[in-house]
Amino acid sequence: MRKYVPKDNVQKKAYYTDRYHVVPKVPQSEVVEGTHFAKVLEALENLVLSSSVQLGQMVLHINPKDNFEVIKILKEQCGYTQCSEQSAVDYLAKENEFELFWQLLNINEAKRVRVVCRLAKGEAIESIVPLFNSANFAEREMFDMFGIKVNNHPFLKRIIMPDDWEGHPLLKTYPLFGDEAASWYEVDKIFGKEYRDIIGPENRDPAKIDMKDTKRFSRIGYEVPFGTEYNADKEVPIEYSETLLVNYNKKASKQLDERK
Amino acid sequence: MQVPNKLTPFFENLNFERDDNTMVINFGPQHPSAHGQLRLVLELDGEQVVKAYPDIGYLHRGIEKMAENMTYNEFLPTTDRLDYIASTSNNYAYALAVEKLLGIEAPRRAQAIRTMLLELNRVISHLFFIATHALDVGAMSVFLYAFREREFGMDLMEDYCGARLTHSAVRIGGVPLDLPEGWLENLAAFCDKVDYEIEHTYGALLNENRIWKMRLEDVGVISAEDALNWGCTGIMLRGSGVKYDIRKEEPYELYPELDFDIPVSDRCDSYGRFRLYMEEMRQSTRILRQLIPIYKETQPQLMAHAPKYISATKEDIMTQNYALMQHFVLVAQGMRPPRGEVYVPTESPKGELGFYIKSEGDPYAYRLKCRAPSFFHTGLLQELLVGTYLADVVTIIGTTNIVFGEVDR
Repeated sequence: MRKYVPKDNVQKKAYYTDRYHVVPKVPQSEVVEGTHFAKVLEALENLVLSSSVQLGQMVLHINPKDNFEVIKILKEQCGYTQCSEQSAVDYLAKENEFELFWQLLNINEAKRVRVVCRLAKGEAIESIVPLFNSANFAEREMFDMFGIKVNNHPFLKRIIMPDDWEGHPLLKTYPLFGDEAASWYEVDKIFGKEYRDIIGPENRDPAKIDMKDTKRFSRIGYEVPFGTEYNADKEVPIEYSETLLVNYNKKASKQLDERK
Repeated sequence: MQVPNKLTPFFENLNFERDDNTMVINFGPQHPSAHGQLRLVLELDGEQVVKAYPDIGYLHRGIEKMAENMTYNEFLPTTDRLDYIASTSNNYAYALAVEKLLGIEAPRRAQAIRTMLLELNRVISHLFFIATHALDVGAMSVFLYAFREREFGMDLMEDYCGARLTHSAVRIGGVPLDLPEGWLENLAAFCDKVDYEIEHTYGALLNENRIWKMRLEDVGVISAEDALNWGCTGIMLRGSGVKYDIRKEEPYELYPELDFDIPVSDRCDSYGRFRLYMEEMRQSTRILRQLIPIYKETQPQLMAHAPKYISATKEDIMTQNYALMQHFVLVAQGMRPPRGEVYVPTESPKGELGFYIKSEGDPYAYRLKCRAPSFFHTGLLQELLVGTYLADVVTIIGTTNIVFGEVDR
């Protein structure tokens, strides 16, 4: 039987895990009263589902529909004037949703807040480009890599992959070496679909050795003329001719034999 | 109108038939001043840019995807390929993020060496900037002089780790090697050389150069508000009068102990940024000089002691059975960090380089996001270039100091 491979997450997994292995957690602490983060929480009132401080940065979990409002309050009332990063994590296999995060920076206080929300599959998120222009490229990248639609984005288009690319590469269902469409992308685009049989799929493994390729590889003991079609039935090991030593000087060899 | 087909695809730069008489040209992806693979679609009215559209992705290698399929230690050499002008800063940013996730700290000697390497990389990267920026603007000789000194810096890197471009000189939990003999003397000589050259060569050639000033002054003006809004970091932010340096504000390694200044310019233009690069190199050499005595006082331990995550020293592995077993598991299976997420920013030569790592407790990162400064600086181009003239486009691309390994990832 073929080994079962889960289709919803084709990324590499540990081949062995100890039965008694307990995964520890990154330390989390509550927001302490009177600190800068407590004031931020106060300003956000009931928009926050849960909050914690992890490694000196506050993590706020919110509803996906509140993202614009929360980030607006953070920018205008709490001094978080820079959006450093914005992206998503794919949890489709486990929970059928994405985790989106916005990493915000307060320059004056040197504090960082991460706003996190869970977005169900197929739903769209509100763009924060009116607040932070840096989200323009970041949201486009998120759309490109995960296929998450962003509402009211000024120019939501693929940014890193080509416009006519199929699939979203950072999804867990997308294999590392690309999917079926990816392997035919260049052939289809340059020559057309009808050339698929002639050219063959793109080889993304530069170290690949093809035993059927008689143009680039030759096998010692089974050499065939350049470009011959490979045929497993006709495979015959080549018998190399052995070099025969003809003894022309019989006298000398006799002397040798005598010496032995 | 063009009728695109397979043999004659649609060429944007042949679009002359528009009523508004603007011309669309492709700047790149193979333009020598595009600093790599930047394709900039410019809509020109005469010589003035009406619309700019940076098109990126020509150097995309899926590094974030690769991170999900590699163990933490396996991925480290891949980070070299992000900002390949200063590889160690990427290695370090990644290693620091993983260390924060694991909750470990590198020993003091490793910290001293790492800080040295980071600052050395900053000098190398800034020298590269001065060289290429001057070349873009048209000053050929500066390029030759700056590359000469950069070569000395790369020789130092080569003496330390054997590589000149892709260093991988930092490991998770410390550094792999101690400094070779005579390295510190060479480093001190390098600092003196760079300081001398900054003042007597690059400074003398450029600082008050009339042509240089005409080309750079009031070109690429970014207000402080815009810089923050577009996610500018590093010199792009400090060049707009915002004093924010992660080394000072959110310090890591030995930076809190070191005495250095953060240069800020309120000119907001390319010339101000150029002066900041020069001044930062001087601050870097100042840091490097302070690090030499600090290094000499440290104990010889190079890697953190965390047997669950980090292999023991070679000596222990070769002599002690249990250390060998742990080393074998760590190599064959990879370390398993705690479940959770971290975002760790560092000040790379280009700006804020941060790694967001989401771990589910497996030997493979569940998600790794590299926050590359150049990515956001490229995004800024679509606003910064509008209204400028074609001749200034090259200067503005140069002043953002973008590296495409980092932009496309």
